[in-house]
Amino acid sequence: MMNYFPDEVLEHVFDFITCHKDRNSVSLVCKSWHRIERYSRRRVFIGNCYSISPERLIARFPGVKSLTLKGKPHFADFNLVPYDWGGFVYPWIKVLAETGIGLEELRLKRMVVSDESLELISKTFVNFQSLVLVSCDGFSADGLAAIAANCRFLRELDLQENEVDDHRGHWLSCFPESCTSLVSLNFACLKGEVNLGALERLVSRSPNLKSLRLNRSVPLDTLQKLLMRAPQLVDLGIGSYVHDPSSEASNKLKHAIQRCKSIMSLSGFLEVAPRCMSAIYPICGNLTTLNLSYAPGIHGNKLTKLIQHCRKLQRLWILDCIGDKGLGVVASTCKELQELRVFPSDPFGAGNDAVTEEGLVLVSAGCPKLNSLLYFCQQMTNAALITVAKNCPNFIRFRLCILDPVRPDPVTNQPLDEGFGAIVQSCKRLKRLSLSGLLTDQVFLYIGMYAEQLEMLSIAFAADSDKGMLYVLNGCKKLRKLEIRDCPFGNAALLEDVGKYETMRSLWMSSCEVTLGGCKTVAEMMPSLNVEIINESDQTEFNLDDGQKVDKMYLYRTLVGHRKDAPESVWIL
Amino acid sequence: MEVGLKMGFEETELRLGLPGGGDGGEVVRKRGFSETVDLKLKLSSKQGSSGIDPNEEKMTGLTKEKNLLLSATDPAKPPAKAQVVGWPPVRSFRKNILATATQKSSSDESGGEKAAFVKVSMDGAPYLRKVDLRMYTSYHQLSDALAKMFSSFTIGNCGSQGVKDFMNESKLMDLLNSSDYVPTYEDKDGDWMLVGDVPWEMFVESCKRLRIMKGTEAIGLAPKAVEKCKKRG
Repeated sequence: MMNYFPDEVLEHVFDFITCHKDRNSVSLVCKSWHRIERYSRRRVFIGNCYSISPERLIARFPGVKSLTLKGKPHFADFNLVPYDWGGFVYPWIKVLAETGIGLEELRLKRMVVSDESLELISKTFVNFQSLVLVSCDGFSADGLAAIAANCRFLRELDLQENEVDDHRGHWLSCFPESCTSLVSLNFACLKGEVNLGALERLVSRSPNLKSLRLNRSVPLDTLQKLLMRAPQLVDLGIGSYVHDPSSEASNKLKHAIQRCKSIMSLSGFLEVAPRCMSAIYPICGNLTTLNLSYAPGIHGNKLTKLIQHCRKLQRLWILDCIGDKGLGVVASTCKELQELRVFPSDPFGAGNDAVTEEGLVLVSAGCPKLNSLLYFCQQMTNAALITVAKNCPNFIRFRLCILDPVRPDPVTNQPLDEGFGAIVQSCKRLKRLSLSGLLTDQVFLYIGMYAEQLEMLSIAFAADSDKGMLYVLNGCKKLRKLEIRDCPFGNAALLEDVGKYETMRSLWMSSCEVTLGGCKTVAEMMPSLNVEIINESDQTEFNLDDGQKVDKMYLYRTLVGHRKDAPESVWIL
Repeated sequence: MEVGLKMGFEETELRLGLPGGGDGGEVVRKRGFSETVDLKLKLSSKQGSSGIDPNEEKMTGLTKEKNLLLSATDPAKPPAKAQVVGWPPVRSFRKNILATATQKSSSDESGGEKAAFVKVSMDGAPYLRKVDLRMYTSYHQLSDALAKMFSSFTIGNCGSQGVKDFMNESKLMDLLNSSDYVPTYEDKDGDWMLVGDVPWEMFVESCKRLRIMKGTEAIGLAPKAVEKCKKRG
């Protein structure tokens, strides 16, 4: 029946399908649907920038307006990948510019972004509106200045956790007077000073500004002025928050904050004097998102008092100095909580206030809607995990990190197989799982048996033999990303079913037992995969013997063969 | 074993253009805090990521057993924290922010965190200096400051370059075999150690005094990973 509709009608119907997975499915129905979908596709998501080339992207989707690209493998976040490994965005920008694509939105994660790229974007794409950079590096304030100066219709400049060389703070002044279109401005990750007058003027002339996240150089009196000019804000990131609660400045701030009745998301407090938190209480009742994970200055009962005001919270990111008791307060206050992330305030050692299994159990009991967890803790027990699994069967993301990576259940001295087994059995919608603690092959048997929706799995210091990896590869049909470090998985596991890797985005294995010979075999059998060996020791020492264990291997499916931009430390088989 | 005259300049605390505070002088770099973990297992300063250290695999295997033993037999004592690259899995960006923030807020609240002044001597210099280790947040900042402090005393041995490059393995071997200078420190146990092996915070806690010694004298302090380099060379 649908074949009798003219193309425009189908196109209109497809407009309602925005999720890229659904659009991918639509394009597979028949040739005409494929064609119509192709030309009407505006947003494209590319999870691995080396799986396809910009030329082929444009050939298939000539109407693309919004591009999302991800570069380095996830473990690059933890310094396991050389800084020059790759993920350069410039080649993409160059091709898009040359083929006259009307790019409007660019979202990048773990990519190397040069000032040159930013300049090219700003000067080429007339209608460019949105730049979102997450965990990127390679650029300076000069690149930001180009974006500010040249993108006349810029709506969004969102910089999240990037390493930026911003010793020159002039970029903010580069927004012309004619720029009044800003909706979102996030420069919290910048370390340097910014021109405060320019910032105030910019906010004053941006009536649509909904999201503003400041860096630590923005002082309190500027914050107050900004809030007075932008009471319509929905998302606020406070930079510096140090004031004397009895002062005039503090009163002015309280007044300014109270006018902001729309704020639903609060973050930052990069510099904070905890006794001033009471000024925030008036807006806490509306908050659905609270991120205090960069504010170690707020702890103890100042922190719990604050949380007690946040009854509508759905997403909470905090530091482990909240302690188990503090998590108890979260459990009794935040009944709508869906996502909880507890980060270590001392990433190198055991903090005195670190959380344990008790805090997690309390939250699971008090917050039945919990579906996403990232939890760094001192210890975990099987009993606790089993209880959590019973209380919260809706987990989509469950990432547990025990600070001592091979710690068993401290009560029973058993591995944590049963606990994680309970999680995967109970949480039928689980898509992402990170394991830690003492674990044997058994937990992987459970994962293979029960984690039917699992898409991403992170394993460290676990398992006894190849069986562990095999259980996962055989059982998890929807697996897309598998990242493994320091496990005894070798060639037998790697080579059992190489075809599986074509159904996945990527596989990372470091400090395991796979050898050069094993990796070569995968590369030979599967030309559709790039098999990369990363070796950072002195080159002359790298033994070309097939029996040599490989320190780091990263393989991924690709349609465009070997990349040409790998550094010396990366060898593509 | 200080060489040269001690002229009691410690009290005057002459400082040559040092960064005025952890934040102000902080160099914006890709890898700060986490690099200090990496230093334990890798010496190349070019990348902040781990390199192949033949001791690493053995160590993590041992760590597993060590931790098992500790947890099983002595639950009261926290398990020894192995300096494993990339663990816990926290983004370097976040680690750096927390390192700076903790330093700043603790000094705000306690009205000046207990300063960690240590004497710094350099072989051949006529007098010693003192530095407050809590003024810095990384080895890089410290080495910059020391280089500035002692630059006037290094005659043609590119002292500042030598100090900066102590993290680079091949340069380290050149340094150790030449007359260039290498920073060392005396820790709480009275042992003389090569600067750069342990995470920054741990170093600040345990360092009692610094000595910038001639490369040839520092051979015995080279970290394990350099031993293999020597054997090969």
